[in-house]
Amino acid sequence: MSEPRIIDARDTFCPGPLMELISYMKRASVGDELELLSTDKGSVNDVPEWIAKVGHELISSEQIDNVWHIKVRKAK
Amino acid sequence: MSRKIHIVCVSGTREKLQMAAMIASVAAASGDEVSVFFSMNALPYFVKGYATAAPVEGSFGVLMQEDGGVPSFKQLFKYAAELGDARLLPCSMAIDLLKVSTEELDPELGPPTGLTRFLSDAEGAQMLTF
Repeated sequence: MSEPRIIDARDTFCPGPLMELISYMKRASVGDELELLSTDKGSVNDVPEWIAKVGHELISSEQIDNVWHIKVRKAK
Repeated sequence: MSRKIHIVCVSGTREKLQMAAMIASVAAASGDEVSVFFSMNALPYFVKGYATAAPVEGSFGVLMQEDGGVPSFKQLFKYAAELGDARLLPCSMAIDLLKVSTEELDPELGPPTGLTRFLSDAEGAQMLTF
């Protein structure tokens, strides 16, 4: 399995990280994994909310050294 | 289920334009049908070459201005159009008063729209005004 594509949205504020993720998601293929790096605390809730609403898959979400790593898979 | 959201932007201040752009971009990218009507003091920012920075209303506007990590309202409206197919509509009356042509507006903006048409299209939509 290939490594997830990293989207570095650190030091940007809402809704910047989500918009960055959506930009990459639009260009990705079904099944691709993307990993969003964000220091915006709101992303922790907003990204899963968006993922659930539009029907993609949340793989994991964890905080490492004040950076949130949110992994998602394009499902459609 | 997608919603229909109509946003009216008339203020030229940073905070109001930022909030309108945040709602437009997130709602459009989430599948909602979004239309934004730009008139009065909000429209000049979408004329090509208009370099005046939006004035702030209060301390939060200053915070946004000083922090480079806050996406600009113009970038967010562009996201709304490109990622979520939001319609960005310039007010035909405001265009006439500014004496600009549609070619002089940013390419993300749609056709000049009259208030009657916008309100007609807004039937059943949630309307937000900034």
